[in-house]
Amino acid sequence: MLNLFFTYDFLQNTFYTGLLIGLIGPLLGTFVVVRRLSLIADALSHVTLGGIAFGLFLEKKYGVLFLSPFYAGMGFSVVGSIFIERLRSVYKAYQELAIPIILSGGVGLSVIFISLADGFNTDLYGYLFGSVTAVSRNDLWSIVVITIIVLTVLFLFYKELFMLSFDEEHAVVSGIHSKRIHFIFIVLTALVISASIRIVGVLLVSALMTLPVAASIRIAKGFKQTIFFSVIFGELSVIIGLLTGYYFEIPPGGTIVLTSIIILILTIFSKKLWNYFTRKTVIQ
Amino acid sequence: MFTLTSPIVRFNHVSYAYESKHALQDINLDIPTGAFLGLVGPNGGGKTTLIKLLLGLLKPQQGSIELFGEKIENFKKWNKIGFVSQKANSFNRGFPATVREVVSTGLTANVGYFRFFTKQHKQKVEHAVDLVGMKEYLDTNIGSLSGGQQQRIFIARSLVSDPSLLILDEPTVGIDTENVKKFYDLLHQLNEENNISLLLVSHDIGTMTKHANGIACLNKQLHFHGDTEAFARLSDNQLSNFYGHPLQVVTHQHEH
Ligand SMILES: Nc1ncnc2c1ncn2[C@@H]1O[C@H](COP(=O)(O)OP(=O)(O)OP(=O)(O)O)[C@@H](O)[C@H]1O
Ligand SMILES: [Mg+2]
Repeated sequence: MLNLFFTYDFLQNTFYTGLLIGLIGPLLGTFVVVRRLSLIADALSHVTLGGIAFGLFLEKKYGVLFLSPFYAGMGFSVVGSIFIERLRSVYKAYQELAIPIILSGGVGLSVIFISLADGFNTDLYGYLFGSVTAVSRNDLWSIVVITIIVLTVLFLFYKELFMLSFDEEHAVVSGIHSKRIHFIFIVLTALVISASIRIVGVLLVSALMTLPVAASIRIAKGFKQTIFFSVIFGELSVIIGLLTGYYFEIPPGGTIVLTSIIILILTIFSKKLWNYFTRKTVIQ
Repeated sequence: MFTLTSPIVRFNHVSYAYESKHALQDINLDIPTGAFLGLVGPNGGGKTTLIKLLLGLLKPQQGSIELFGEKIENFKKWNKIGFVSQKANSFNRGFPATVREVVSTGLTANVGYFRFFTKQHKQKVEHAVDLVGMKEYLDTNIGSLSGGQQQRIFIARSLVSDPSLLILDEPTVGIDTENVKKFYDLLHQLNEENNISLLLVSHDIGTMTKHANGIACLNKQLHFHGDTEAFARLSDNQLSNFYGHPLQVVTHQHEH
């Protein structure tokens, strides 16, 4: 089964991409979850869809190749993240309001570009639910670059990001440039989302960033450990999801998310069992 | 030396209003080195506002503030001031962070961008946690501690950067009497042995007069600022005037 992935070039691309997003998705996702920004990931993925639709539209109408749907999606996602930040500072007391605004804006743009392109493109299904065959060598290289950027920036700003996530007021009082750090963070999120969309799909990309973290939080001690387990769970979900998706000819978005839900359930139950047995021994 | 005689905090005719609502009017306040100053006053009296001005989170509309002999606009050594917020305990309890990780954030600004924690920094963290008596919890998740224990961790976080002034905004809310006592013991130790000046906001005037060596009473204006004995001699009538409503307090004689 696994060796199939190495016989065909396009499967190789998918597999490597899967490994990369299985790493950066949950890694950044840990910060997203603890800052209670899970829904922002969803909003951004829909904006990315708008960009992808724009790219598909250009491709179909004008045969333009300089802006592939992948890059158009990435561009929209980054611009969308900047908009979210603006909106959040305008509506200080209603910060979650930015999410429906950006999300519906993304869907609205998608609908417009799709109909301008004269209806549904078959590719679109792959963008919505992910695809095992859609990653080109070029996409893979872009995702390698995104991964390197994400890892470097997270490494450099880890302590500031952690402080900001735990207690924003304290970070501000201490003189951390919270606005700038937060900006960097949200742009990284946009990049990770656009990198993950080819495989997981627009509708499920936020799941890859949040479900492994949800499982990890149940069992981890401390923040670094939470990141560690999140990445393990993320990689497991991606690998199992890609293989079963390919085998049963199901879009991998579905199988990856289902795998992470199973992992989540297992961690909840194993914790319960663990507590049950340890409590038993205490009573004896 | 000049710096020894100048106060660590100086408010000079400071006024502040939120939109059109006056919160503080013409405040003059000096906090000398080594002080243990209790800040009291009714709800909405402007205590938190005063602290936010002191921390540079708000800018005074009138008057000026000096910290450690420097104008606040030019003040850079923010690590000299530790702060435990009134809201410190309202953090996300499910946040997966160990005590060690939380206290480390007290050093983040000191270490600076593009630099990393060294062994010395890690020792400082352990030392600060030890100082507040929580050493055995270093690798415990912060969310699984009790409210009083969390309060100690937040104090450790503000102590880890070796501040000269520690500001605590209502730190004893929700803490039982036994732990409040331990908490004040800790403050005494910090004040006397570690030479940290303290500014403490509390509604518990009784306990405050027992421990602090100066009291400031704030209700829009600074109604009283003096040593604890003078405050204890105030009549109930005078106090009620400051608070704007009748007040019953048991003031204790100073124990030192
Ligand atoms: N962000 C804000 N916007 C508008 N008004 C505010 C704001 N914060 C405080 N105020 C007002 O300023 C006044 C002083 O508030 P402050 O929080 O400083 O009081 P406090 O003495 O800390 O009260 P408490 O004992 O309840 O903590 C109050 O009348 C309050 O309504
Ligand atoms: Mg207050």
